[in-house]
Amino acid sequence: MTTDAAPSNALRRRYRRRLFVSRFNLLMALCTMALGMLLLCWILATLFMHGVAALSPALFTQMTPPPGSAGGLRNAIVGSVLIVATATLVSTPIGVLAGVYLAEYGRNGWLAETTRFVNDMLLSAPSIILGLFVYTVYVLHAGHFSGWAGAMALALIAIPVVVRTTENTLRLVPGNLREAAVALGAPMWKVIVKVTLRAARGGVVTGVLLAVARVSGETAPLLFTALNNQFWSTDMNAPIANLPVVIFQFAMSPFEDWRTLAWAGALLITVAVLALNILARTVFRAVPLR
Amino acid sequence: MGMPMPLIDVPTAASRTPAPDAAPRSVIPKIAIRNLDFFYGGFQALSHVDLDVAAREVTAFIGPSGCGKSTLLRALNRMYSLYPGQRAAGEIRFNGMNILDPSIDLNLLRAKVGMVFQKPTPFPMSIYENIAFGVRLYERLSARAMDERVEWALTKAAMWNEVKDKLQQSGMALSGGQQQRLCIARAVAVRPEVLLLDEPTSALDPISTARIEELISELKAEYTIAIVTHNMQQAARVSDRTAYMYLGELIEFGDTDRIFLKPARKETEDYITGRFG
Repeated sequence: MTTDAAPSNALRRRYRRRLFVSRFNLLMALCTMALGMLLLCWILATLFMHGVAALSPALFTQMTPPPGSAGGLRNAIVGSVLIVATATLVSTPIGVLAGVYLAEYGRNGWLAETTRFVNDMLLSAPSIILGLFVYTVYVLHAGHFSGWAGAMALALIAIPVVVRTTENTLRLVPGNLREAAVALGAPMWKVIVKVTLRAARGGVVTGVLLAVARVSGETAPLLFTALNNQFWSTDMNAPIANLPVVIFQFAMSPFEDWRTLAWAGALLITVAVLALNILARTVFRAVPLR
Repeated sequence: MGMPMPLIDVPTAASRTPAPDAAPRSVIPKIAIRNLDFFYGGFQALSHVDLDVAAREVTAFIGPSGCGKSTLLRALNRMYSLYPGQRAAGEIRFNGMNILDPSIDLNLLRAKVGMVFQKPTPFPMSIYENIAFGVRLYERLSARAMDERVEWALTKAAMWNEVKDKLQQSGMALSGGQQQRLCIARAVAVRPEVLLLDEPTSALDPISTARIEELISELKAEYTIAIVTHNMQQAARVSDRTAYMYLGELIEFGDTDRIFLKPARKETEDYITGRFG
């Protein structure tokens, strides 16, 4: 009986090896995590160092300047807000309704399977292709770049994100809840609007905010659609200034004051996206379903 | 609700029960199930079930897991119609109407045949709204009448005193037993004729279970109740009639007392005495 009480040497050796493997793996995981964090912090630190120095009230009150003179980013900020807001207004209803279809009605029908497949492709499509698409079908026919075209391109990027998150959150709603509402004699649309969407609303709102965050930094699709505008314009039917394209142009320029403005613009976008993400994760955090 | 009154054109339970009943009671079948087959895709889960659910009585379905008792219950409000691939054949007459008829309005049917599930399923809204949700579907009540209905339903479910001061709180903040009584209140609030209870206490503690069993005994004065349970003592305590099912077939059906004291079939006796299942 005494042999049972004390673990044998072989057992102890095996335990030591397991402990070593466990610690080794933990160390590796920590190292890769540290590497990722380091790169992220490096990027953010550089951005903040250059960006904060470039911040001034003039950013919000003056237009993008010609090289060599003082100016701000007012037209680009307003243009970006207009384009992103329009894209959100277009993509949210389409995305949410499509997500509801996939999760509640289509389920595993062929139409739903096809939609899901196409949506996944759209989700991973390079954004420049969506920009070129809008350029071909809209800008070429209209004959000019415009804010609407930019908003369309961004909406195309946002829709699959919203569809995906809406469907996923709705699928997390327990089937019991759906059945319970149906069991009271509620028609399907009422079950969805009053019960399942309500249970999933945290996730749906988060999806929309994440989509906004995703599109607000997109540059490539705007190059082919909204282009840019040095002047003050809120006409969505004409080329319109926007932060990503201004950053792109200014950062590539040889002029020091333009490059400073580009840093400031980059900081503004980053802070806005960060704020949206934090908002999505805290205020609209998915309410636990059970 | 536009449904015809009972047109009973089917034999009573007593004349159809597989086993001879010592003292056949005259019953009015609220639901008459005839030759019911049920399929999950290619799998046949019920075959040739004949059974009457008597009005204002509690009918219990017992049997081992997978015997088809829940399937049978879910056929009674056509819950299975939510899922493609599930279908029933045969006849289920509710107030004389065959509810398996494709032309039947499922929402109206479900408003008349309420259901409570194994897991409590409060909606993500206030206690008040949980009750009002179902009522608003088919009735337009003034604010006062709605308040009264909510109080009435919560009183029926024996929880008015517990929640009357927190009606605006989320129904999901209640304890499990309270949530389940809320679900019963919600089902009762729409004034159905039949209540289907699918293992309503299996997720609850003994005290909550006892309260719900009391509740069932009170509710049967006004409602027809069908209950699926894994707990044979529960079936014996709350039901008037018991159906023992096995492998998709109805083995024996009769007065609960007789089923538990003098089962006619060997299989039933083995299950009830715990030798099997």
